[in-house]
Amino acid sequence: MEMINLTIDGKAVQAEKGQTILKVARQNGIDIPTLCYYELNGQKLENKPGGCRVCVVEVEGRKNLAPACATEVMEGMVVNTHSLRVVNARRTVVELILSDHPADCLSCSKSGNCELQKLAQKLGIREIHFKGEQSTYRKDDSPSIIRDVDKCIMCRRCETVCNQLQTVGALSAINRGFEAVVATAFEQDLVKSPCTMCGQCVMACPVGALSEVNQTRQVIQAISNPKKTVIVQTAPAVRVALGEEFGYPAGTIVTGKMAAALRRIGFDYVFDTDFAADLTIMEEGTELLDRISRYVKGDKDVKLPILTSCCPGWVNFFETNYPDMLDVPSTAKSPQQMFGAVAKNYWAEKLGIKREDMVVVSVMPCVAKKYECQRDEFKTDGNPDVDYSLTTRELAELIKQFNIDFTSLPEEDFDMPLGASTGAAVIFGATGGVIEAAARTAYEIFTGKTLDKVDFTELRGLEGVREATIDFDGTPIHLGIAHGLGNARKLLDSIRRGEANYHAIEVMACPGGCIGGAGQPYHHGDFSIVEKRHEAIYREDANKPLRKSHENPYIKQLYDEYFGKPCGEKSHHLLHTHYFDKSKQVEVEA
Amino acid sequence: MAKVKLSEDKIKKIKAICAEFGNKPGEAINVLHRVQGEFGYLPAEVQELIAMELGVSAATIYGIVTFYSFFTMIPKGEHPISVCMGTACYVRGSEKVLDEFKRQLGIGIGETTPDGKFSLNCLRCVGACGLAPVAMIGDKVYGRLTPDMVKDIINEYN
Repeated sequence: MEMINLTIDGKAVQAEKGQTILKVARQNGIDIPTLCYYELNGQKLENKPGGCRVCVVEVEGRKNLAPACATEVMEGMVVNTHSLRVVNARRTVVELILSDHPADCLSCSKSGNCELQKLAQKLGIREIHFKGEQSTYRKDDSPSIIRDVDKCIMCRRCETVCNQLQTVGALSAINRGFEAVVATAFEQDLVKSPCTMCGQCVMACPVGALSEVNQTRQVIQAISNPKKTVIVQTAPAVRVALGEEFGYPAGTIVTGKMAAALRRIGFDYVFDTDFAADLTIMEEGTELLDRISRYVKGDKDVKLPILTSCCPGWVNFFETNYPDMLDVPSTAKSPQQMFGAVAKNYWAEKLGIKREDMVVVSVMPCVAKKYECQRDEFKTDGNPDVDYSLTTRELAELIKQFNIDFTSLPEEDFDMPLGASTGAAVIFGATGGVIEAAARTAYEIFTGKTLDKVDFTELRGLEGVREATIDFDGTPIHLGIAHGLGNARKLLDSIRRGEANYHAIEVMACPGGCIGGAGQPYHHGDFSIVEKRHEAIYREDANKPLRKSHENPYIKQLYDEYFGKPCGEKSHHLLHTHYFDKSKQVEVEA
Repeated sequence: MAKVKLSEDKIKKIKAICAEFGNKPGEAINVLHRVQGEFGYLPAEVQELIAMELGVSAATIYGIVTFYSFFTMIPKGEHPISVCMGTACYVRGSEKVLDEFKRQLGIGIGETTPDGKFSLNCLRCVGACGLAPVAMIGDKVYGRLTPDMVKDIINEYN
């Protein structure tokens, strides 16, 4: 590795050849403001179009200012990151960006999280000396994501995330000059594009051009309606991230306070999606074991590997891109939808109320879940199993709207029975967690033996594609894991080519799994936040008295009282689903 | 499943052009150039098929088509009119000529008359600056234009 010497702000530094001024400066504790630049450490994603010019620096001997994000360091280089010329140029650049930006900051969905707003504040901009023309694009509403491209600053982060990280290809820069924006093909609605609703574009967007559909108002209305029984369920990844919205450091577990807050907001039952995650393991695990035993017996029609189906972004992805493989994924519904089906059938019957009088709200680290709960197959006579899906961010907003002092709340428990869960359910929130939870249960059912060590650490980690072989008492079980849809595509392509010999594959659409979901508090590209949530998920698992889904006593009760057995007739009806071909095909015109 | 409908002939031609360029994503501009040469314009269905053949997203192809002013999604008229807006023509009043074409035909730049007869576009320099201001209708060049000549020129084609 060739090292070179340079000077940044009068400080002599050593740097690896080929690095950018921005990286070297940051390594040496010198902050250079950026806007279009976006990086996800460890996930091989870097967006540096060098377009916004906010990161310009002065390089001695160079006539023009240089963008630090796109200029490589050189031997003997003398860089000044905050000379008068630099500061003035930076301010002009931001003023120009603001000159045609809608100034509705007070009511903007990204207010408080907007990187342009923060930058204007940081540079002390009090006056905008230019007045530019305003764009008037049409707002694009989808069940999950709202595109308001009048606010687009052409940083192209969303385009990079959609194409490089996720390989979804819904977005591209279009037009030129002032009219240039990021849009879908033929400027169609997102729902008509290959968009999976994963929302990683929303997570990456520095401004309010991309945001999630907000449903807090509908939830407040339901709660205040005395005729409705309102039930809430919270996904595993929410409890390790919600605290960030209230000043706790990343990785703080706030399960107890979250349950307390939900009760104070006024939900009639504070339940847990983790219960449904345990239920998912019973169904998906049984399906896996059934396919494996049929395969071992020589059944040639059996589809292996089985693919997990918990993640709605992933489901949309394979429905659009792999229509020839729709019989490969597990038919098990996602935990959100299993919970909804159990609540509006089993629990409604227990309470003696009609499903129309029950409102099920989910809190998810996800924006694709909003789309999922609106899918027609998850409705009975038009009434959805899950009425509203809120993001972690929206829950934080609700807590603030209800004037609840989150930090002083006591730790409370979920309500029973649908609030009971094991450690296996908690780890659904991280990449590798679903397959580990499945392994814990499948091992015991397959071998008839008790698993002494429940931690399958070989399945954990944040590498994009991982694989491991688990010994089921003499039978090797090959498992694959991918997170991020680009990584999922690599695994899927290898299956399509017949090269992969996995028994089961877990896919989560977002980097890191649900902990890095697009509904989580904004991390602004700081992936160390996701790493801390990752560590917290496994801490929460280790603290649980029960750590295998099939040991959840309320799950046993649910099967005894209602479902009979996993993958039985009733669960087939309520807990399983089917997939649709959403691909685009060319057809000869008649 | 969403269907993209095209005639058998078009499908064959587009696939052949893509294949000629090795179905390489990097050849997208060349492919679009050739396909537009073949059909006169690039409607959405054609772009969808090109995207599939080259293994890129339709959004990427649409991004290219909307970036380069040469590409068009609107079919050109039977007699495509191009008014030169190069420096020499511009200073000698080509904008007024263009405005007169717009007024006479009732269409804007990049548009086609409802009867499909005329389409209007701008171009930058045809290399006949001595004749400025210049317009082209099809392959025929008209020089030293003034707005009052526009009506008669259009009538030549009616």
